[in-house]
Amino acid sequence: MKVLVPVKRVIDSNVKARVKPDQTGVDLANVKMSMNPFCEIAVEEAVRMKEKGVADEIVAVSIGPVQAQETIRTALAMGADRGVLIQTDTDVEPLEVAKLLKAVIEQEAPGLVLMGKQAIDGDNNAVGQMLAALLDWPQATFASKVEVSGQTVKVTREVDGGLQTLELDLPAVVTADLRLNEPRYASLPNIMKAKKKPIDVKAPADYGVDVAGHLKVLKVTEPPKRTAGVKVENAAELVAKLKTEAGVL
Amino acid sequence: MAVLVIADHDNASLKDSTQKTVTAAKALSGDVDVLVAGQGVDAVAAEAAKIEGVRKVLVAESDALGKQIAEAVTAAVLPLAANYDAILIPATASGKNYAPRIAAKLDVAPISEIIEVVSPDTFVRPIYAGNALETVQSSDAKKVITVRATAFKAAGEGGSAAIEKVDAGAGAPKTRFVSDEIVKSDRPELAAAKIVVSGGRAMGSAEEFQRVIEPLADKLGAAVGASRAAVDAGYAPNDYQVGQTGKVVAPQLYVAIGISGAIQHLAGMKDSKVIVAINKDADAPIFQVADYGLVADYKTAVPELMDALTAAGR
Repeated sequence: MKVLVPVKRVIDSNVKARVKPDQTGVDLANVKMSMNPFCEIAVEEAVRMKEKGVADEIVAVSIGPVQAQETIRTALAMGADRGVLIQTDTDVEPLEVAKLLKAVIEQEAPGLVLMGKQAIDGDNNAVGQMLAALLDWPQATFASKVEVSGQTVKVTREVDGGLQTLELDLPAVVTADLRLNEPRYASLPNIMKAKKKPIDVKAPADYGVDVAGHLKVLKVTEPPKRTAGVKVENAAELVAKLKTEAGVL
Repeated sequence: MAVLVIADHDNASLKDSTQKTVTAAKALSGDVDVLVAGQGVDAVAAEAAKIEGVRKVLVAESDALGKQIAEAVTAAVLPLAANYDAILIPATASGKNYAPRIAAKLDVAPISEIIEVVSPDTFVRPIYAGNALETVQSSDAKKVITVRATAFKAAGEGGSAAIEKVDAGAGAPKTRFVSDEIVKSDRPELAAAKIVVSGGRAMGSAEEFQRVIEPLADKLGAAVGASRAAVDAGYAPNDYQVGQTGKVVAPQLYVAIGISGAIQHLAGMKDSKVIVAINKDADAPIFQVADYGLVADYKTAVPELMDALTAAGR
């Protein structure tokens, strides 16, 4: 089975995003960029499937600027076989990302799409669900366990209040939650090998998708800051303050 | 212009994120309908009909809807979509699962987790784990929006909307429900609780977490939360996690015990009305957002807090 894994280049999860003074967005100049952590989890799951013999080929797809090649290389170093970069400097919205991925999938015909539940920049949590809708495939989001057997996949999902397990017919879209696995670090030999793996570079127009989008960002602002309050000496003072001053007890 | 709100419920009762989403919907339009999609939801529909300002309640029922399978909910909603200019959905795990699927079928851009309605086509939503707020204007004639319920006040009671059955749709032919593992608890639900007591990695073990955090929560009538570090370490179950990748809460009182205050965690609780932090590290970032900070080891501070609460009549 071929597994397709979309990966996104985003601000590194350890870097604090700072809003630009002109309110046009978040300042990404000279900021460390990495693979979105949820995408990493999806790549790891695909590689484990390949190691178990469930998957035979892993294709990593990214949509973004020329530097997104590095993100694909990271996936290749983790164990993906080849990459497709749909190169664009536009900040493509989830609906158009889903349309581009659908076009790639129609060419590649994977048995399973494994992807992160959301990217940590836009926090939309939408592409996987939208891709499944456009393909008319079943979906299982927020996966904490994925088991492929034959023509079906059993997915345990993190839902409100606990877990839900679903069985989907393949092909399907599964989105990874935080606890699906712990992604590996690529070894040096694998990083070297990844440099020789092929990456196809395409443009959105190659797939006939207009990436203009439907949403206009009017401004990006800092959230209201909370200021530190007071330090109390002991529990009794804390309870007294909560009762009389804050009025929450 | 009419708005459809899709109710959040567990087939037995309505979750108050629904009432909060109705408030957001009223900022868009005076004509707000509520869809209850589930199985055996008569009681839920009756509750929804009482929400102030709701025009009518639509009920769709099937087994797949009872399990909130995304494909089934989408199939039930699509035939109704023509009657509405916007579909608003609480941004719960369930709502986030099906909202984008509905949007894609309607060829519109979903707008995720709004915290403010600026105008009927302009919304504010957090991005970058709440480190920035984005104001977006949608050019779509029909909008699909998920609503961060904690940012809106619940609509009141007093309505008496008509309840109407609608077609359940084609279900989810390619998806089968296998099992549920829902944690039963007598405590209030984390996302809706007025008081939340959360424990962090300082607890050191699951036993210690239960021994320290749970009695304090019960004394305060609070829900129990945890930091991601505590969940990752196995001290608390996944669905206790408060933070960017867990639940976003905004209770009247949030008590953080042994939590350092990583950005990830702050994103999930910084909108709480009053924040209390107990941590032995005076430099912990949690103190920068806490209204009341107590620099102390939780091992001594929590028992003292229990005693002080008892003395204060709790």
